[in-house]
Amino acid sequence: MTNTDSLKPAERGFVEFWRAADGHVLNGRDPGLAAARRSAIERFAEVGLPPEKSEAWKYTNIRRLVEAWAGTDPVAEGPDPGPVDGLFLVPGDAWRVVMVNGRFDEARSALAGLPSGVTVASIAEGASSRPEVFARSFGATRPEGADGFVALNTAFAQSGLFVHVPRGTQLGRPIEILFLSGSERRGFVQPRVLFVADEGSSARIVENWRSFGEGAVFTNAVSEFLVARDAAVDHVRIVDEHASSVHVHYLQARQLGSSTFSTVSFVFGGGTVRSDAYLLPDAEHCETHLNGFYFARGSAQVDNHTLVDHARPNCESNELYKGILDGQATGVFNGKVLVRQDAQKTNAYQSNKSVVLSETARMFSKPELEIYADDVKCSHGATTGRLDDDAFFYLRARGIPPAKARLLLLQAFSGDVFETVRDEALRERLLARLEALLYA
Amino acid sequence: MLEIKNLHARIEESGTEILKGIDLVIRPGEVHAIMGPNGSGKSTLASVLAGREGYEVTDGSVTFDRKDLLELEPDERAREGLFLAFQYPVELPGVSMSNFLRQAVNSVRAHRGEDELSSVDFLRTMKEKAAYVQLDPSLKQRSVNEGFSGGEKKRNEIFQMAMLEPRLAILDETDSGLDIDALRIVADGVNRLRSRDRSFLVITHYQRLLNYIVPDFVHVLVGGRIVKSGGRELALHLEEQGYDWIREEAVGA
Ligand SMILES: Nc1ncnc2c1ncn2[C@@H]1O[C@H](COP(=O)(O)OP(=O)(O)O)[C@@H](O)[C@H]1O
Ligand SMILES: [Mg+2]
Repeated sequence: MTNTDSLKPAERGFVEFWRAADGHVLNGRDPGLAAARRSAIERFAEVGLPPEKSEAWKYTNIRRLVEAWAGTDPVAEGPDPGPVDGLFLVPGDAWRVVMVNGRFDEARSALAGLPSGVTVASIAEGASSRPEVFARSFGATRPEGADGFVALNTAFAQSGLFVHVPRGTQLGRPIEILFLSGSERRGFVQPRVLFVADEGSSARIVENWRSFGEGAVFTNAVSEFLVARDAAVDHVRIVDEHASSVHVHYLQARQLGSSTFSTVSFVFGGGTVRSDAYLLPDAEHCETHLNGFYFARGSAQVDNHTLVDHARPNCESNELYKGILDGQATGVFNGKVLVRQDAQKTNAYQSNKSVVLSETARMFSKPELEIYADDVKCSHGATTGRLDDDAFFYLRARGIPPAKARLLLLQAFSGDVFETVRDEALRERLLARLEALLYA
Repeated sequence: MLEIKNLHARIEESGTEILKGIDLVIRPGEVHAIMGPNGSGKSTLASVLAGREGYEVTDGSVTFDRKDLLELEPDERAREGLFLAFQYPVELPGVSMSNFLRQAVNSVRAHRGEDELSSVDFLRTMKEKAAYVQLDPSLKQRSVNEGFSGGEKKRNEIFQMAMLEPRLAILDETDSGLDIDALRIVADGVNRLRSRDRSFLVITHYQRLLNYIVPDFVHVLVGGRIVKSGGRELALHLEEQGYDWIREEAVGA
């Protein structure tokens, strides 16, 4: 193990915690997991946190935020969240999983009636009960590796969640995962999800991120998806945390055969919410949908960073991000579509649109296309604007009060992202949340 | 009902004065037409009455049912019973006709102390009023004005008027761009809504519309002033002679 003297204080703190907690961190007895953790902390010590002036973190001074959590025990369990029933978003008959500070809370989860062969368990348990699946999947979503946060997560993730949908199994109902992050003073939590959809299976999964308690929590989360041939995975992620929270989330999805992966994220609340989506359609004839909605006000910051990495021919990807910024909020969209030389006949579309409601809110948008193949159809675009004065006046001239008129226009603006949520009841809940945020 | 006295207004940004002393009284049930060449200030008058931003009233007053109209916000004016049929109706992608109208109708009803319409009553009323201007009832699913033809947009304005049942309706060149059949449909819709206590201010460049919506009074607006008023024969006279003789008369006076 490297000498920690050469590390900067933020990195050194984590490495020392890892050493001190060694046995405790390595919950579960799987040697593969232990090895992964050991090499992850080594990689973290090597690459560290993103440097102050890095392009990928240009608008979010993440190092300073991490430093504000210096000394916080990254393996502390944290307080009990109390009753959770009112927090679920998918009405009715979804399977429910509760994760408290990154730990799978089996007692609070409701998984009765899962089709046989489906595994929903902690990662440690999954690693020992499904060693073959674990060996081929854990950490396999991003061959070129991500930045230091993913390594940090791998090193520290507590229990985590392992979901395996075996070959040919259709999950008829969604799985909603409620991630509760809370602390009395300060918390640093590192939830981890590994989701493996084998050949011909289908699944819908909802990540619902909420805060509890008085303390400020830094979340460094990783959700990995492996999607095999003829599988279809539909993923929705909602972040609605306290204004004191910092939330860093890596979504990494790799499609291993011709398949469909759809993901949409909704950021409704949080202090700093940074979402990194890395999508790798790693086979011919993949269909990939990547959508997002963000709302930020006060001094909140919402930063979306996406990379669709087209490495194979005949794939299609669609990306649409829309957001509304108010107060002194800052929005960032940095979306790249990479079409590698072999990825002929790629169809890739990307668009980012934002509405800025106040003089002081800001939006930085940087859509990028990087194309090395010659026979492709790609387009991208970004717009940032204010609410349309003529439209606003038209509504008011029909007797509609200004707050209602504004709401109608903002709902109309955001509508197509919400439309990508296929579950109608969930969509209604999300639209109601939007209305509550915009029409106060 | 509406009393405009010595109204002066300018464009806020440039400071250019457009309305230079307008006087006009409209009583309940009356139909007044305002005619005038392009750029004479007709739409500016409509905008100032409806409360559009970007105009500054520098002198004069407007009372509407004894209230100071200029003190009211645009949506308050509409709830008080003022309606403007836009010369250029705005497209609202993503806002469905039915949602839009439901919000509008219920805002106006709440102001009048009436209950919200039930869904069934609302849909029935929509269907009935859409028929006034021969609009396809399937329009309720469509976004407001999006993808509507020019004629449909104008008919949609009259349809909205029928839904909101205003006390005073200002029609800003609702006839422009319409062929004769569409013009008839629009005029029939308007005539159907004429009543003893509903008044109209019909702005038009051509007298053609006034064959179908017969006004009680005609006013000629040139250079931000009403330079001549009369009965409907004034409109016919303008049709034959154009605006030049009026301009000359106005300059001579
Ligand atoms: N918002 C505005 N900004 C700048 N100029 C305007 C604006 N509104 C009207 N005008 C000017 O005021 C004059 C009168 O316009 P308008 O009222 O539209 O005339 P009309 O409807 O009679 O054709 C024109 O010279 C027009 O260019
Ligand atoms: Mg005009």
